[in-house]
Amino acid sequence: MPTRIVHKESLIPGTTSKLVLDAPQIASTAKPGHFVMLRIDEQGERIPLTIADTDKEQGTITIVYLVMGKSTAALENLKQGDSILDVCGPLGRATHIEKQGTVICVGGGTGIAAMHHIAKGHHRIGNRVVGIIGARSKNLLLFEKELSSFADELLISTDDGSYGHKGFVTELLQQRLAADKSVFEVVAVGPVPMMAAVAKTTQPFGVKTTVSLNSIMVDGIGMCGACRVTVGGETKFACVDGPEFDGQLVDFAELRRRLGAYRSQETLSLEQYRCQCHG
Amino acid sequence: MDNAKPKKVIAPRTEMPCQPAAVRARNFKEVALGYTPEMAIAEAKRCLQCKKPGCMKGCPVEIHIPEFIAAVTQGDFDAAYRIIKGTNPLPAVSGRVCPQENQCEGKCILLAKGQPIAIGRLERFVADQHIAGTACEEVSGSSTCTMAPLCDDGNKVACLGSGPATLSCAGYLAANGIKVDVFEALHEAGGVLIYGIPAFRLPKDVVKKEIDAMRQLGVSFKTNWVGGRTVQVSSLLEQGYKAVFIGVGAGLPLFLNVPGENLIGVFSANEYLTRVNLGRAHSFPAGSDTPVYPGKHVTVFGAGNVAMDAARTAMRMGAESVHIVYRRTRAEMPARREEIEHAEEEGIQFEMLAAPLHFNGDANSVLESVTLQRMELGEPDASGRRRPQPVEGAVYDLPTDLAIIALGTRSNPILLDATPELDKNKRGYIVADEETGETSIPNVFAGGDIVTGAATVILAMGAGRRAAKEICKRIKG
Ligand SMILES: Cc1cc2nc3c(=O)[nH]c(=O)nc-3n(C[C@H](O)[C@H](O)[C@H](O)COP(=O)(O)OP(=O)(O)OC[C@H]3O[C@@H](n4cnc5c(N)ncnc54)[C@H](O)[C@@H]3O)c2cc1C
Ligand SMILES: Cc1cc2nc3c(=O)[nH]c(=O)nc-3n(C[C@H](O)[C@H](O)[C@H](O)COP(=O)(O)OP(=O)(O)OC[C@H]3O[C@@H](n4cnc5c(N)ncnc54)[C@H](O)[C@@H]3O)c2cc1C
Ligand code: SF4
Ligand code: SF4
Ligand code: FES
Repeated sequence: MPTRIVHKESLIPGTTSKLVLDAPQIASTAKPGHFVMLRIDEQGERIPLTIADTDKEQGTITIVYLVMGKSTAALENLKQGDSILDVCGPLGRATHIEKQGTVICVGGGTGIAAMHHIAKGHHRIGNRVVGIIGARSKNLLLFEKELSSFADELLISTDDGSYGHKGFVTELLQQRLAADKSVFEVVAVGPVPMMAAVAKTTQPFGVKTTVSLNSIMVDGIGMCGACRVTVGGETKFACVDGPEFDGQLVDFAELRRRLGAYRSQETLSLEQYRCQCHG
Repeated sequence: MDNAKPKKVIAPRTEMPCQPAAVRARNFKEVALGYTPEMAIAEAKRCLQCKKPGCMKGCPVEIHIPEFIAAVTQGDFDAAYRIIKGTNPLPAVSGRVCPQENQCEGKCILLAKGQPIAIGRLERFVADQHIAGTACEEVSGSSTCTMAPLCDDGNKVACLGSGPATLSCAGYLAANGIKVDVFEALHEAGGVLIYGIPAFRLPKDVVKKEIDAMRQLGVSFKTNWVGGRTVQVSSLLEQGYKAVFIGVGAGLPLFLNVPGENLIGVFSANEYLTRVNLGRAHSFPAGSDTPVYPGKHVTVFGAGNVAMDAARTAMRMGAESVHIVYRRTRAEMPARREEIEHAEEEGIQFEMLAAPLHFNGDANSVLESVTLQRMELGEPDASGRRRPQPVEGAVYDLPTDLAIIALGTRSNPILLDATPELDKNKRGYIVADEETGETSIPNVFAGGDIVTGAATVILAMGAGRRAAKEICKRIKG
């Protein structure tokens, strides 16, 4: 059954939007860390998107996407009230959440939305949540309001200094870890280079570091191996063994290369789509 | 004149017409074209109508083979269809992909002369006569829908997964008036029949028609439902389903575990075939958004049906050369003979007695070649098969820009991890009663690849049918 978009909100015009989907079955079982696979129409490709929030009473889930290629561009063309043909989930292993003390949740770019759900889970169980979010510029910062509504602290950085600390999230993280020994875990969700940098930053402190990997996926249920990543020298399937892994063990360089495997076909697909749209 | 010749002279086996190899190697249309009525009747007439037919013992779903063949000789294809459909809900599928040479045809009395009756081809012919008609005709064998009246609506059964095991279970139950809801994780029903076996061996329309026929019998297919995630086995029972059948297959692909396996250009056969079949990547970008990695010089590792399908698909996607790399020899290849022959005719090359040592990439980690170890067959091992062993110093490189690994699969953990009450065997598959298919959870049944490990369509169908018989008995008394 197609899934209806009950609410659509543009977060960064033309590139990032938030969709609230009517998916009661998924909402009732989804936990922080889970994702869905969705396919827009008959011709569509299955793509993975993180569940950024759920409302169990309303029976809805929230997704936030960055327009990258054909599928996300087509998603951006849908309106409130339209339907998505296939939405499958919740998939992946849920985040391990336990009451332990202070957790630092780092988010970059669109990853802030995904991180938001994890941070909320930590908050609900009673952990002290320090959020660190970053973007290139102030107008590209997502979910600040949502996060500040529950986070015990929220630190912000922008590359251009238009808001908060001028620089990278890792600098804020570094300062914080040096000053605060009560942190039991750092969670990072964002672009691959950011997650790699976070893992490098936390390493000297020996603090547990969890990252959420966004490898290319086909089925999302463990049947193809497209999503394989090397963790601690072993091959893992991000869709069933992850998507969260120990940041110190992930081969980020390999992940970044593998994400580019289909670049020329993806460009072709997007160009064709843009041509059709603009007649 | 030779008067002492009482035996019937048996004509040679009727060949199946095929698309010419050079043409078909570049298209996705079906390779084997099927018998004409004349060919079918001629082939059927070769059957000796044995009193104790060996052929039937070889069929896991117990088709009454001599009876249906007799009907074909009469030209009564409707009657033949009803006989087949009486025990086999998917004859158009099994007639195409069953390993007949090891099943029914392997037990035919005429095998001794090397020319068994072409039972599979006849089954396909009879089924195709009906595929041409409407779904109702397919189900009931007549032009009117003779749906079994649904028994009490409270008597419903849930099936997880929608491959041949479930389809045969659901078909049997529906024909007996029991309401069935099928929950499938992917966006399309049919299991390996849809995402694995390519259209040039099993056209997708054939599968869709059979599934539509089941819909008409009241089976509902709910796609995008993942057992163990979207829905739990225990909650299905709590919701009032009288029984649950688990037919989720064995989907987790195995890799070689050699260096370089995560280079760009190395894929599992499951991924490659799923992109092309389920994602219809052959019509990318105009008709489908799912791309598949292009390869000019393709290597495929493994020698079963899956390897043949991957190699032949790569050829159709435009490869200049395709090599199947296998560490034993052609005689040991587990794929069906017919598939090996078809592959060879289409220009697939066999690199026998070779095992991959590592994959090699360029500076950007894009696959360039594979390093192979030359093997030879040594002494027979415990199973009697001669064991391949490396020829010392014989190591060489084969250039390749697309490598496809087809080594087999393991059980998929999603449902099993979420359902710890289900007993598993050492290999990680579900333990189910041989007769009834019941698992360690009462009224929860399982069958197909998730019980046996990767096997065949017809064995999965046999298991689905056995479970359905038991479920039917429990519900209807
Ligand atoms: C578990 C998981 C959760 C995800 N959650 C989100 C989310 O919440 N929001 C969101 O915006 N995106 C998320 N992603 C990434 C998202 O799936 C991709 O951006 C999307 O598939 C791109 O599809 P497309 O057709 O628009 O672009 P494509 O045409 O497929 O790709 C365009 C460009 O993006 C790159 N690319 C392809 N796949 C990925 C990928 N998986 N990650 C990063 N770059 C990629 C390609 O190299 C290419 O250059 C997630 C990925 C995973 C695996
Ligand atoms: C490429 C290829 C070629 C083959 N060729 C032949 C051949 O020529 N002849 C032959 O006899 N056999 C062949 N086989 C083997 C045959 O297809 C399988 O043995 C058979 O399909 C097994 O049937 P099944 O019903 O057990 O499972 P499957 O067909 O594997 O179907 C299982 C279904 O369950 C779904 N699923 C998985 N997990 C879940 C979950 N948690 N919840 C809900 N649904 C789930 C899957 O998406 C899938 O649709 C081939 C296999 C492959 C891969
Ligand atoms: S179902 Fe398979 S084994 Fe049975 S008669 Fe048909 S081809 Fe032979
Ligand atoms: S064993 Fe062969 S010849 Fe005998 S009935 Fe069966 S198909 Fe006919
Ligand atoms: S996406 Fe196919 S195995 Fe993970």
